[in-house]
Amino acid sequence: MKTSQNAVALNYWFLMAGLSVSVVLLFALSLLIGPLAVGVWEAWNGLFSTHEIPLALIMQEIRLPRAILGAVIGATLGLAGAVMQGLLRNPLAEPGLLGISASASLGAVLAIYTGLAAVFPLGLPIAALTGSMIAVLLILAIAGMSGSVLTIILAGIAVSSFAGAMTSLALNLSPNPFAALEIVFWMLGSLNDRSMVHVQLAVPFILFGWLMLFSVSRALDVLTLGEEVAASTGVNLTRVRLLAIFGTAASVGAATAVAGAIGFVGLIVPHILRPLVGAQPSRLLPASALGGAVLLLAADIAVRLIAPERDLKIGVLTAIIGAPFFLWIVLSYRRSLL
Amino acid sequence: MMIRRTLINTILWMTLVLQGLAVPAFSETQPKRVVSMNVCTDQLAILLATRGQLHSVSWLAADPGISVLAGEAKGLTLNHGLAEEIFLMQPDLVIAGTYTTRATVNLLKKTGIRVEEFAPASSFADIEKNIGRMANILDNPEKGDALIASFRSDLRRLKEKQASRKRLALYYANSYTSGAGTLADEIVDASGLRNLAKELGYSGTIKLPLELLVAHQPEMIAGRERDFGKPSKAEENFSHPAFKAITGGGRGISIESKYWICGAPFVLDVSQELWERADEN
Repeated sequence: MKTSQNAVALNYWFLMAGLSVSVVLLFALSLLIGPLAVGVWEAWNGLFSTHEIPLALIMQEIRLPRAILGAVIGATLGLAGAVMQGLLRNPLAEPGLLGISASASLGAVLAIYTGLAAVFPLGLPIAALTGSMIAVLLILAIAGMSGSVLTIILAGIAVSSFAGAMTSLALNLSPNPFAALEIVFWMLGSLNDRSMVHVQLAVPFILFGWLMLFSVSRALDVLTLGEEVAASTGVNLTRVRLLAIFGTAASVGAATAVAGAIGFVGLIVPHILRPLVGAQPSRLLPASALGGAVLLLAADIAVRLIAPERDLKIGVLTAIIGAPFFLWIVLSYRRSLL
Repeated sequence: MMIRRTLINTILWMTLVLQGLAVPAFSETQPKRVVSMNVCTDQLAILLATRGQLHSVSWLAADPGISVLAGEAKGLTLNHGLAEEIFLMQPDLVIAGTYTTRATVNLLKKTGIRVEEFAPASSFADIEKNIGRMANILDNPEKGDALIASFRSDLRRLKEKQASRKRLALYYANSYTSGAGTLADEIVDASGLRNLAKELGYSGTIKLPLELLVAHQPEMIAGRERDFGKPSKAEENFSHPAFKAITGGGRGISIESKYWICGAPFVLDVSQELWERADEN
């Protein structure tokens, strides 16, 4: 027994090390890929140059923010997915499927297209955060009432399509003809031409959200034994729920505000990693964060390689991987129910 | 079909006579109640129609942000390109762009109304061709000849000046640019500048990554701007820190999009403006 536990622990550290190395490599690769061919040495110089040369501008103001956002937003989605799945004890819980990302998009759209974000930049992440918070509260209220998997997923679909429709409406009503074309960005997400301004706006909220999400990992471990057991061991369920809600809302809201709603990352990543970490939430959370970063960085590199001229939306790629995966989970889950 | 058209014509004539309007000496074939439903054909028609010949133009033609001739369009009836609306105006000629609401154009053709379609101009030669064709359709060839002659002399005057040969990048919302084979490229060419996108091998209207714009550092960067009152993500590229860094020191200029988008003689105003800006630069 002892040795097998040690083996799991050892495997876990191998997994974490492997994921960390992948994040670093993909981050570096992300910095090296772009329309302009840049060698490794040039890229390195550009990244740390203090002169206003074109290469420094390209590396520091165009490629670096993109790579940072890819890693941070991917980690957010993986982490939030793992927390939602642990909290709701539901394999299909995920910010995208539950309508949290779509609601954050709606908040961001309202802030940007009414001009609020131009006057008051912090209004953008705050509006997105508010949108995502409303969605999380709604889902939890519904889950609290019956708690069945089906109810939560159906509620998620309802929230998601409502927020999506409101986003389209707001964009269609905008007097700016470009706005209507941007529905696709808010539905599928993109990291193209983001700047350090976006990093500065989103990252503080995201990190704050992470803190709250990581703080519930021990409680989630106990929660796997059931709510009654958890309560009897002294876990304050209300506090855990609130931390998970605000953590998800803050991090996913801020991420969506600058990159649009990117789906499926929060679904796939915890599912792939769960068997590898021994189904223990406190181990799954950091692993899912790293896994999310790996997936999103890889997807963002892929969109640049597949169609460099076209600004292919990153959500297209995550959906191509995610949708069949989602179907597979639904099918296997149905089988286990029968 | 023929009967209906004659009927409409008869009704039209009768109303005109009944209203006691002074009808100028129209020739037999001259259209008398013309409706245009594309902002570019609108403006050509305004330039080439005789008084009272043009009944309606699209609502965009009266928007001073989109149309150079918005003032002239104000006095005309405005349409929204809807088949019913156009049909009820009882035009004897409808002018549309080849990209205008296809369904409407097809419906109107079915009702027997004469519809003339204009492809967007992608060169100065296209502009002259469209002017000539529009003048013929409206049966005012002498107006067309005069407009083409003045366009040619304006162009000649521009080409005679000393070209500055500075590099100019066209950079629009959503990072789009115009490469070879576009009207915008010919406008830039007539201003004595070199179009960066064309030199990079781009053709058509296509994305120019911000990275490449930064890397090539053109002497001038021109946007086609229009203030819609409300922001959009498409225009976010203009406030990107990297873009701001390379457009400092008067390198970034903006000329309202309405002068670029339609193939009409006033595109040479853009060339003229670019020329002057290059001298100051």
